[in-house]
Amino acid sequence: MLDRAGDQAASPPGDIAAEARPVTFRGAGFAPKAGRYSGWIALVLVIGLWQLAGSAGWVNPLFLPPPSAIGLAIWKLAVSGALWNHVSASVVRIGSGWILGTIAGVVVGFAIGLSSLARGVGITFISALFPIPKIALLPLLILWLGIGEEPKIATIALGVFFSTAISVYSGVDAVPRNLIRMAQSFGVPFASIVRRVVWPGALPSILAGFRISASVALLLVVSAEMIGAQFGIGAFVLQAGNLMQTDQLLAGVVMLSLFGLAVGKLINLLETRLLHWR
Amino acid sequence: MDLISDHISHRFGALEVLDDVSFTVRSGEVVAIVGPSGCGKSTLLSIMGGLLQPSSGRAEWRGAPPADSRNPLTFVFQDFALLPWCTVAENVEFPLLHADLSDAERCAVVDDALRRTSLSDFRSAYPKQLSGGMRQRVGIARALAVRPAILLMDEPLSALDSQTSELLMEDFIRLLADGSMGAVYVTHNLEEAVRIADRIVVLSRRPGRIREVVTIPLSRSERGDIHACEQLLALQSELWSLIREQAVEAEREVQHA
Repeated sequence: MLDRAGDQAASPPGDIAAEARPVTFRGAGFAPKAGRYSGWIALVLVIGLWQLAGSAGWVNPLFLPPPSAIGLAIWKLAVSGALWNHVSASVVRIGSGWILGTIAGVVVGFAIGLSSLARGVGITFISALFPIPKIALLPLLILWLGIGEEPKIATIALGVFFSTAISVYSGVDAVPRNLIRMAQSFGVPFASIVRRVVWPGALPSILAGFRISASVALLLVVSAEMIGAQFGIGAFVLQAGNLMQTDQLLAGVVMLSLFGLAVGKLINLLETRLLHWR
Repeated sequence: MDLISDHISHRFGALEVLDDVSFTVRSGEVVAIVGPSGCGKSTLLSIMGGLLQPSSGRAEWRGAPPADSRNPLTFVFQDFALLPWCTVAENVEFPLLHADLSDAERCAVVDDALRRTSLSDFRSAYPKQLSGGMRQRVGIARALAVRPAILLMDEPLSALDSQTSELLMEDFIRLLADGSMGAVYVTHNLEEAVRIADRIVVLSRRPGRIREVVTIPLSRSERGDIHACEQLLALQSELWSLIREQAVEAEREVQHA
């Protein structure tokens, strides 16, 4: 006979003499969630404290100028047009180097991911060359390509190439094999499998690689501009440092930070649009 | 169209998986393959479907597939193998994209497959939004869209809960009822095998050899009858007695591996 809910409710508990105690909740924690405004509130607090320290004379402005001084420096640079000159020079270098490195990285990454021959050759070269700090190659690239934009762009492209190639072939490797076998079982042609299965399957890894390669490009453009450039944020920061103009130096740093943030937002936007299915 | 396993043997490196397996799946027939874990059931299915080259022997088909069949040997996968970035309708459409069909024809085929699997209301949903059973329905709709002569089903219900499995089994039986489509049905579940198959190929433990071929003496429509239950249970019990000892050995082997 089946037990009925009513019967259960009517039946007395096993031990009515014992005191009933609530079961202790033990499942809290290990699920951190960022508050919607907590980051901004913390940022405003830090900047406020920093401003207070500068205004009250607790910190020597030569070593750490207050945020208002940095804001003023940015404003003056913007009004004089110098800001645009430096930022545009850096953006052109980053853009050119990143696009070249990304195209080459995606092509080589897919080749390594899809072809045994390319894998055999490519992984050996990438493993050998990836750990080299690319900025160390700048003098050699200057020797090969002359003094100008080319060696700086080539340095950035090299840095971007390796991280992109690695993220692309890792992404191709991570595409579930069952999806490829499914496509093969329907007789889908190779090119169509690459376009409709491998490419979208590898896209999360490729976009994650873009995020890393954008940081690499930013790092390399600053380094390259510090070594040999008249314009560019790296050159500007170095020059300001040499002249002890710390407000301008930090203005340059703020510009770099804003640039990094903008790139991050752009990649977030790409992920939202292209990976909406996740 | 008949599908033939002709003296198929296969080894992965030093590991011998299949040894001289021969049988024929006749047109419209459903053949289940059962056996202990690791006996090479799925490997055999992959070979028969052309996804794996056997070490020796061969898979071949005899006779013409139906004129409108776009993929005579079509798999239904255990893990559904749906493209997560495509909607239900796009997943069903996927194998048709390289077929010589106009947009309108392709649309009509997709609509028909979705209707036959009761998925018309879910055509715009993504796989992550569906339950396991619904996902497998999409896998079946995709298979139906190419009008297969023989479905190659690799444990299609093993990833699903028992109620969903029951519902999908009813769907399989309905789809296979008219005999226009045959199937090779790999399973470790003897109840499923007894319910769906016309014949059951019992493989021995690794390397898998054909131990016995059991013919089910009832038509699939008769098996729903209450009086058939006893007979089917007896068959199931007979199959289990064939497999049990080797299944225990296979289990020990896995634990010691």
